[in-house]
Amino acid sequence: MFPFNFEWIWDAGHIVFHGGLWYALTILGLGITYCIIKAALDAAKGKGSQHH
Amino acid sequence: MDSALIPKGVKRCPAWQFIMWIGANGAVLTWGVFALLLVYFKGLNQTNMNNAYGFALWIWADLAVIALGGGAFFTGFLRYIVGKDELKNIINYAVLIGFICYSSALMILGFDIGQPLRGWFIFWHANVHSMLTEVAFCLTAYFGVLAIEYAPLVFENRMIKKVPFFHNLSHNMHEIMAVFAATGAFLSFFHQGSLGGVPGVLFGRPFGFREGVLVWPWTFFLFTWSAAAAGPCFTILITKITEAVTRKKLVKDNVIDLLAKISGWMLFFYIIAKIGDTLYWANVTAPSKGSTFMDFYTSSSGSAYGLWILFAEIGVCGVLPALILIIPKLRKTQATLWLAVILAVIGLCLNRWVMVLQVLAIPVLTFESWFTYFPSWQEIATTILPVAYGVIMISTSYRYLPIFPQERELNPIDEPAAPPEVAESEPEPTDAGPEPELSPAES
Amino acid sequence: MENAKKFGMVIDLDKCTGCGACMVACMAENNIPFRADNTDKMLSISWMHVYKLNNRKLFPDYEECYLPRPCQHCEGHGGHSPCVSVCPATATDYDMDTGIVSQIYPRCFGCRYCMAACPYHVRQFNWWDPLWPDGMEKMLNPSVSVRMRGVVEKCSFCIQRYQQAKDRAYMEGRREIAEDEYQTACTQACPAGAIVFGDLNNPEHAVHQLAQPDPARHGHSKNPRAFRLLERLGTNTKIYYLSSREWVRKAGDNYLEGEFKSKAHS
Repeated sequence: MFPFNFEWIWDAGHIVFHGGLWYALTILGLGITYCIIKAALDAAKGKGSQHH
Repeated sequence: MDSALIPKGVKRCPAWQFIMWIGANGAVLTWGVFALLLVYFKGLNQTNMNNAYGFALWIWADLAVIALGGGAFFTGFLRYIVGKDELKNIINYAVLIGFICYSSALMILGFDIGQPLRGWFIFWHANVHSMLTEVAFCLTAYFGVLAIEYAPLVFENRMIKKVPFFHNLSHNMHEIMAVFAATGAFLSFFHQGSLGGVPGVLFGRPFGFREGVLVWPWTFFLFTWSAAAAGPCFTILITKITEAVTRKKLVKDNVIDLLAKISGWMLFFYIIAKIGDTLYWANVTAPSKGSTFMDFYTSSSGSAYGLWILFAEIGVCGVLPALILIIPKLRKTQATLWLAVILAVIGLCLNRWVMVLQVLAIPVLTFESWFTYFPSWQEIATTILPVAYGVIMISTSYRYLPIFPQERELNPIDEPAAPPEVAESEPEPTDAGPEPELSPAES
Repeated sequence: MENAKKFGMVIDLDKCTGCGACMVACMAENNIPFRADNTDKMLSISWMHVYKLNNRKLFPDYEECYLPRPCQHCEGHGGHSPCVSVCPATATDYDMDTGIVSQIYPRCFGCRYCMAACPYHVRQFNWWDPLWPDGMEKMLNPSVSVRMRGVVEKCSFCIQRYQQAKDRAYMEGRREIAEDEYQTACTQACPAGAIVFGDLNNPEHAVHQLAQPDPARHGHSKNPRAFRLLERLGTNTKIYYLSSREWVRKAGDNYLEGEFKSKAHS
């Protein structure tokens, strides 16, 4: 899973597989982080409580 | 009792009835959990698997629920990427069904291994050349996507929504939902395919083995395709069952019709590809290994692995539902629509069964004979467990969350006749806005 | 790889009497667990299993043959053996230096995908915890780790003996080990001398002379008496069987009608 695992090899298989995986995980991670931070900032500004 | 949690403007059964219903399903769930604990503490000797049947009922259940849960990624793909806007009225439910399917699959994988405490090795010591590794990674990551897609719906609960943070979070997540949906479609394409690759790469098993492109055998593409085709049928089927149980119309016909039409054409082209694959395998691949087509099917009557299983999968549960769903008149008729989605779901399950169990049943060494297997009660109980869990999840979500955006419009409640507890537990001033909480995707 | 070895076996089915000594020796050497009732062979473990074949004819034409089946140590093409490539946790490995397919027990988490991949049913699962009758645990082979419940195990070509032989050679200042320094337990136990073990890459080893592997055809034997199990699947195994009887050689693989041609005539 990580380059420091002893069975890791820098070959095409590992680069393609883990490249795709970490790419997807990064998008998900950044996306959800953005949502949470923005929600907290908006809440601090008082947004959301005047919804109704 | 729990009326403060129930969405505004919809009618739900009394609390006692709901509790009884959950209790009945909870009993089934408890039975499954008991069997699960037996398996955990005593080991896999609690199953009827053996050295010939290393894969059995559980792996089939895994493959089947993941394929059925494919309705979530494909509906999401159509809704957010292709832009089929009407599907916003069923996407919530597709996501919920997908969430249940994938959490069940992960749970089953968790106890289907001999050393559950080492389950994390599949990630840590990943062999990138194994189809199962790809399945594990993509499945777990996609489960994360489903959780992200389901979470805003939970935040739309009347009480949770009052917390500004959750309200904003839900709003923000909806805004970039297309990004999540696209990532989900990418992950789904690979893990649905990798599940097809599981039997497809077994070159020691001529029944499962297929040629293909690069590292992917044909079954890789067939599995993804069939999940995208029949997954939405499962979404429609569960929607129809929910409508029957609640005795309410929850999704408009044009929405169901659109999904059924797309599903029908997908199924139609899938089944052509599947027939082509079967013909090529039977006439080229298998004979090149010295096997004839009939070596893979038992001729004895009443056998679990007779030719009937191929005709059932491809004909009755493949061609027939595809034709029903692409002919507008049949698709719009309730009885034939029901028939088509049920057959398509059975066909998908049969395909997964054949590609796992029959692969192992067939003797490859000339001096061995067919292997038989029937699951133990522990295996059956743990396989029914996700069904009970799913019913509880759906019932609870339906009761407390605005899953069906069209429910209020289709089932208007006369204001004076509204249940009094709904009115009295309404602390905030009612705004008669265009039900923003019932169509979260658009809020 | 220079000087790479390819350990393999030749089993002469004309000599095998089906006595089962190879199975017993293997059980003892490799600490293979057993249960009070070991009758269900689909649930019990035997790295070496002796099959009883017959020619499917009636008396007086009836004939039978015993076929010992250890792990076939498939090389596939370029080390792509059926089981190694599918293991999700890298718990099994094809060693290019020895040609041995190994199994790492503490790494295996028991998904059993390798069992599904192996057409020879060589890979077997520990359905129960290994329990030894009182006192017997003192007779376990200290060079072989016992396995825990929930993992897959299989024949290792007695790899501990190879390690010991190499250690001994190193201590004596030698780089290479002799043919008789590394022999599997089943080979030594066979009273009929039906099993021959050695380096298939070494022309001086008996196993090479009997098997006559053709490198141009993925190790296909040039010996007209020899065959390998399910060779047509491309598993490229390292166990060669010898038989002078045509029906036995034919039983080693699947053939379409009229497809099987005896090598003696081809």
